[in-house]
Amino acid sequence: MHSLWQSGVLDPQGPVGAAQKLILLDATAIMLAIVVPVILMTLGIAWWFRSGNTRARYWPDWEYSGPVELVVWSIPALVVMFLGGIAWISSHDLDPPRPLPGGKPVEIQVVALDWKWLFIYPDHGVASVNRVVVPAGVPLRFTITSASVMNSFFVPQLGSQIYAMGGMTTQVNLKADRPGTFPGLSAQFSGDGFSDMRFPLVAMPQAEFDDWVTKTKGAGGNLDAAGYSKLSRPGTIAEPITFGTITPNVFDSIIRNTVK
Amino acid sequence: MLGKLTWDAIPFDQPIPLFASAIVILVVIGTVAFVTLKGWVPYLWREWITSVDHKRLGSMYFLLGLVMLVRGFIDALMMRSQLALAAGDSHGYLPPEHYDQIFSAHGTIMIFFVAMPMVIGLMNFAVPLQLGVRDVAFPVLNSVSFWLTASGVLLVNISLVVGEFAKTGWVAYPPLSELAYSPGVGVDYYLWGLQISGVGTLLTGINFTTTILKLRAPGMGYGRMPVFCWTALASNLLIVAAFPILTATFAMLLLDRYLGFHFFTNDAGGNAMMYVNLFWAWGHPEVYILVLPAFGVFSEVVATFSGKSLFGYRSMVAATLGICVLSFMVWLHHFFTMGANADVNAFFGVLSMVIAVPTGVKVFNWIFTMYGGKLRFNSPLLWSLGFICTFVIGGMTGVLLAIPPADFVLHNSLFLVAHFHNVIIGGVVFGMMAGYTYWFPKAFGFVLDERLGKASFWCWLIGFYLAFMPLYALGLMGATRRMEHYNETQWQPLMIVAFIGALVILTGILCTILQLVVSIRGREARRDRTGDPWDGRTLEWSIASPPPPWNFSELPHVEGTDAYWGMKQAGRRAEAQPRFTPIHLPRNSSVGIAIAFFASFGGFAMVWHIWWLAIVGLIGVTVSALVHGWIIDREFEVPIEEIVAFERQRLLERP
Repeated sequence: MHSLWQSGVLDPQGPVGAAQKLILLDATAIMLAIVVPVILMTLGIAWWFRSGNTRARYWPDWEYSGPVELVVWSIPALVVMFLGGIAWISSHDLDPPRPLPGGKPVEIQVVALDWKWLFIYPDHGVASVNRVVVPAGVPLRFTITSASVMNSFFVPQLGSQIYAMGGMTTQVNLKADRPGTFPGLSAQFSGDGFSDMRFPLVAMPQAEFDDWVTKTKGAGGNLDAAGYSKLSRPGTIAEPITFGTITPNVFDSIIRNTVK
Repeated sequence: MLGKLTWDAIPFDQPIPLFASAIVILVVIGTVAFVTLKGWVPYLWREWITSVDHKRLGSMYFLLGLVMLVRGFIDALMMRSQLALAAGDSHGYLPPEHYDQIFSAHGTIMIFFVAMPMVIGLMNFAVPLQLGVRDVAFPVLNSVSFWLTASGVLLVNISLVVGEFAKTGWVAYPPLSELAYSPGVGVDYYLWGLQISGVGTLLTGINFTTTILKLRAPGMGYGRMPVFCWTALASNLLIVAAFPILTATFAMLLLDRYLGFHFFTNDAGGNAMMYVNLFWAWGHPEVYILVLPAFGVFSEVVATFSGKSLFGYRSMVAATLGICVLSFMVWLHHFFTMGANADVNAFFGVLSMVIAVPTGVKVFNWIFTMYGGKLRFNSPLLWSLGFICTFVIGGMTGVLLAIPPADFVLHNSLFLVAHFHNVIIGGVVFGMMAGYTYWFPKAFGFVLDERLGKASFWCWLIGFYLAFMPLYALGLMGATRRMEHYNETQWQPLMIVAFIGALVILTGILCTILQLVVSIRGREARRDRTGDPWDGRTLEWSIASPPPPWNFSELPHVEGTDAYWGMKQAGRRAEAQPRFTPIHLPRNSSVGIAIAFFASFGGFAMVWHIWWLAIVGLIGVTVSALVHGWIIDREFEVPIEEIVAFERQRLLERP
């Protein structure tokens, strides 16, 4: 059974996902403490008061009781106050744009295209399509937009997804604790090629990551106006590709072009 | 001459849609031919099509919902079978352009053309009877509402044969639903179908709000209204407040698509998130438009089959109205992942959870209604018990999704799909089936087959758990909704279980159809001559089944909640000497079917840009309404003799 949960949100590989798993389990446990007794009570009372049971008391006019009403309103109210507190605090702690501790983050700009993901590394001067390579143990800051319709950028094992929207940017801060390959996807339907908008997020040790940047630079490919225009045509691509050089501020110009 | 309509609109090259279209056309032609040959057309025209009787309209609404349930469920079977197959290298049997239409149609049909007609059907049938009145406030408008809904249904079904349906999901988010990304007619079918039926729904909302506020039997103050009427009031208030938002939002999208406006486009200052906000400002109240009347049904059923008054009547009413108000304050929880700041997300998260308080109160009150009762386990009560146990699980996952950071990993996943099916099937569908079985003998004068009713319940219950518990698990494993194929072959066994669950639900639906056939064939044996087969508590059980066109030969005097129960306890039915007076009833009207006839052509013409026909449709709608406005003689009198004869006959037949 364990392998089934791998690659899902119950197998987190970073601090954001781990915190979210904890919230899921805690909140579920708290609510089960109410839900399970309610189900048992429903079935138990229904069975005991069946019309054939001569030992059960028939109380046709019992329709109001102040103390019972008080309890009935209090139980859900107390649970919701408690869970509401969890919701309020965790919303602020796990706000996607909030930077993670651990030093300066690696900047990655993400563009949702029809139907592929473009990852731009502005500080390293390279770009990659349908495969995002990151250093493990280092905070990552993803700045996300879309060059066409809405998508949602999501790596379940790292945590928080966030929408990719044309002409707008959103941010999500994530971190991979260990090296590994984690599946990523679009979680917002975006048209015919939507099911193929999958990408691996590959976390590797810092040294290997630096090697990858160097190799990518050497492998050629230029993300300029012509390269981007070819890439942005609707369609899926079979294998991930990389760009060794990028036009400066290409991310900003994509946003500008989307709203023009 | 025919706008964008050419022979290309017929899917000759795609075997599955072509086959489906052929079947639909054959069934429609077959039905029409059968009815015509049997000579039933004048009867149908007189007694049903032009009827403005709320009981007839309610029955037609519910039947429409049942028929469309079959259509929407075929879509569900196709989706589940596709996903049971499409693992790893296999891409199943449905290509994306077809699969995308199927899930869009499934959602649209199930919400707008199954759940809504069923809910409105039950309200139509039961609310005036429970209030102790002879009709709704605007009977002709009621007929217009129904036929406009039918017109929307027709347009959505025509899209199966001519052209295509939307490939955007049932929410049709722009920019995907804009002309730039959806140049076909699919989104237009969606928009015009829902605009036309949406007008019908809004008119229903106005009609029932007025009815409940202004027409009640003498003595029936607000504090004595049956809880189903309270939930109907809340639901219709929500319709009046929410549906105009949807209509305006769709109007803006139509302007974008037809006249080059930029409300929701990426470029020229449009903002797609405005649509998303507006859509859910309607969409979240819509959830409660559907589920509140279902709560009302459960309140009636649990009290009746426990032989007890509803526990905590005032709490129930307060909870209903609390949910009604709160439902307008939570819409943002449908898109926490938009990137709003933490304060906004937390605010909407906490408010969403607050709805769990009145809902929880309702659950406890149903349980305490059973406490001290004498429970008869007829199928309406089984549906109610199945509902309570299933719905609390759906409520729990709902509260989970209301925690913004939890939603960040669950949003749009199969976990979410499992959650809303959990509350819609466990809440709305179970409620509708309970109400259908409960009020059927009142509507038609004979009870439904109990064995098949119970079989249907168990199939739905077991099928639901088989179909959706795997989806909860798959969502946690990272499976997202609306995907057409997936690489993770380890998901396939769960997908197959979900497909089997869908087949079990199919068996449940077939049981319901069989139940109807068997019960109609054996109707003489199952005839209920008491008018009160369940030992009911509310006024509808005090009159004959089926009720006469005028419902109450003498308007009842209400002296408390559970009015009829009180009368039975006091034994007052026997002694009182009835004083009949002539009754005025509205005449039949063909304005509803006429308006819908022209609206259907107008909608079809707009979809295909056939401008002259659209103008004909618009003129037809206007002229139909104007002609109706000039008719002065709209009522007829039922003479006392007829009423007396009816009541005498009833006394003779009573066991």
